[in-house]
Amino acid sequence: MATTAFEPIISSAWGKPNSWTLDEYKKRGGYKGLEKALELAPAQIIDEVKKSNLRGRGGAGFPTGLKWSFVPKDSPKPKYLAVNGDESEPGTFKDRYILENDPHMMLEGIAIASYALGVHTCYVYLRGEFKLQAERANAAIKEAYAAGIFGKKMLGKDYQLDCYVVRGAGAYICGEETALLESLEGKKGWPRLKPPFPAVVGLFGCPTVVNNVETLASVPHVFTRGSAWYAGLGTDKSGGTRLVCLSGTVNRPGVYEVPLEATFTQLIFDDKYGRGLPAGRKIKAVIPGGSSAPILSPDELDIAMEFEAVKVKQTMAGSGGVIVMDDTTCMVRSLWRVARFYAEESCGQCTPCREGTPWQTRLLRKIEEGRGEPGDVEILSNVASSIAPYPPIGLGNTICALGDAAALPTHSFLMRFRDEFEAHIREHRCPFGDKPWGAFGEWS
Amino acid sequence: MAEPLFTPEEQKKFDAEIAEILSHYPADRKSAAMLPALRLLQELKGWLPPEGLKLVASRLNVTPERAYEVASFYVMYHLKKPGKYTVDVCTNLSCSLWGAEKMLAYLEQKLGLKAGESNERFFLRETECLASCGTAPCLQINEEHHESLTKAKVDAIFDKLP
Repeated sequence: MATTAFEPIISSAWGKPNSWTLDEYKKRGGYKGLEKALELAPAQIIDEVKKSNLRGRGGAGFPTGLKWSFVPKDSPKPKYLAVNGDESEPGTFKDRYILENDPHMMLEGIAIASYALGVHTCYVYLRGEFKLQAERANAAIKEAYAAGIFGKKMLGKDYQLDCYVVRGAGAYICGEETALLESLEGKKGWPRLKPPFPAVVGLFGCPTVVNNVETLASVPHVFTRGSAWYAGLGTDKSGGTRLVCLSGTVNRPGVYEVPLEATFTQLIFDDKYGRGLPAGRKIKAVIPGGSSAPILSPDELDIAMEFEAVKVKQTMAGSGGVIVMDDTTCMVRSLWRVARFYAEESCGQCTPCREGTPWQTRLLRKIEEGRGEPGDVEILSNVASSIAPYPPIGLGNTICALGDAAALPTHSFLMRFRDEFEAHIREHRCPFGDKPWGAFGEWS
Repeated sequence: MAEPLFTPEEQKKFDAEIAEILSHYPADRKSAAMLPALRLLQELKGWLPPEGLKLVASRLNVTPERAYEVASFYVMYHLKKPGKYTVDVCTNLSCSLWGAEKMLAYLEQKLGLKAGESNERFFLRETECLASCGTAPCLQINEEHHESLTKAKVDAIFDKLP
């Protein structure tokens, strides 16, 4: 239960003039967290982050302080920090708002993390398409160098930190932490087998922490206001607030900062968030955490959008991408769209994923176009199972979780909407005709 | 004699920026500069010509095959000369719920191209999520991002292209 009154902390400056500049950031107390952290020993900083209950915001929700503590302290090798800004899972679009509106908040988190971990070089890996976001991050880094935050002395302390932005080139897989490291090393983004984990063998074979943009933007608040305050904002197992991305058929899609206890129903219907569905529409299904997360039905939405609560429903809060589908939406076409994404983005390293993801896509297209035959649904289910069985989540047959991510939606759509798939096959057409997405927005 | 890859100005820019990029990595890890180096080459030439890949490879102390392997893995690198403008239209779920498929059909008609086709002016393709799901539908033209698109906005954007 939250013991601290909710207030937006990550998004508080969004939309304000020049919010991305150092001047504006300092006016609202920017870099005070770094000053406070620098009064502590590195081990104490990691302890504070542990006490804050901050969990990674990239999707897996792993406790950040614990992740930091896995870095060997006595390694003779250099250590690295890699920031994961390769945001690209359908439904997820929060990090770009941080990078656009408040890059210094992330940079302050980078400085604190680097000092705590003994890192002297940090790479901020941004998805290639993020032009404006890369420009803002680069400009902020330049300001941070000029202000003596990065460079030879961190706020006058004898500690050097260099920070560089690296832009990807349009491969979703590079958001997977080991693929990201391969890409940073100048290679194609093929995920590595784990263990060893990056904290021990990461970039250039050296200990490396990979943290999401939002995770690092959360770190300064742990120090400006204290770890107890930060933990008090959240639930027993998860501190702070959360950015949630709302998209699909709602009246007001967008990124909203919410208390961890907020429910899906509140996000979709509250006036300060999504403001409900267009007149006459009902919810058919909701994807709770990015396109890979198994769907929730309308009667399951009164749960908190928090890692543990969502896990109970055998799905995941993931990266906070909530996609709403209304009752005029064709589920076969929706799954086809999602399946295409994973087929396009499979790196090709593991056979079940390389062969299975396009197979799913071909079958779904066939069914959606009215060419489905009896038995196709079973084949589809088998193909998905060969990539990753369901449940449990996270035990697929591939090196990385992209295989799981590709199979989970298929399992969950089939489990809940099998009759719709069968109807397509029986009627030799899409029951939703030429309006599989309903009539919504100007283009429909 | 084959035409040189770069004009003198391009060569100057390439040399200066490659040196800057390489300074971001440990001296024995030059090959790590591959992605930014390819990006730089593409910025200068509009695509990655084979002789450019060879040049990047030589500066990074790797084989040209290695440069090609990386370049062919990522969708944002062009191994063939594309039209002047690469138009990436997101048709993933959130965008499609806001009519992206119809927007793409409109663009196909407007540009006289099917998705995946290129002419001298445009290379039109479907892309997989541009992280703009809350402001759907969206597209990118080269690196410029456009969101919350209506027919009127699309027309205005394309009418303004030089």
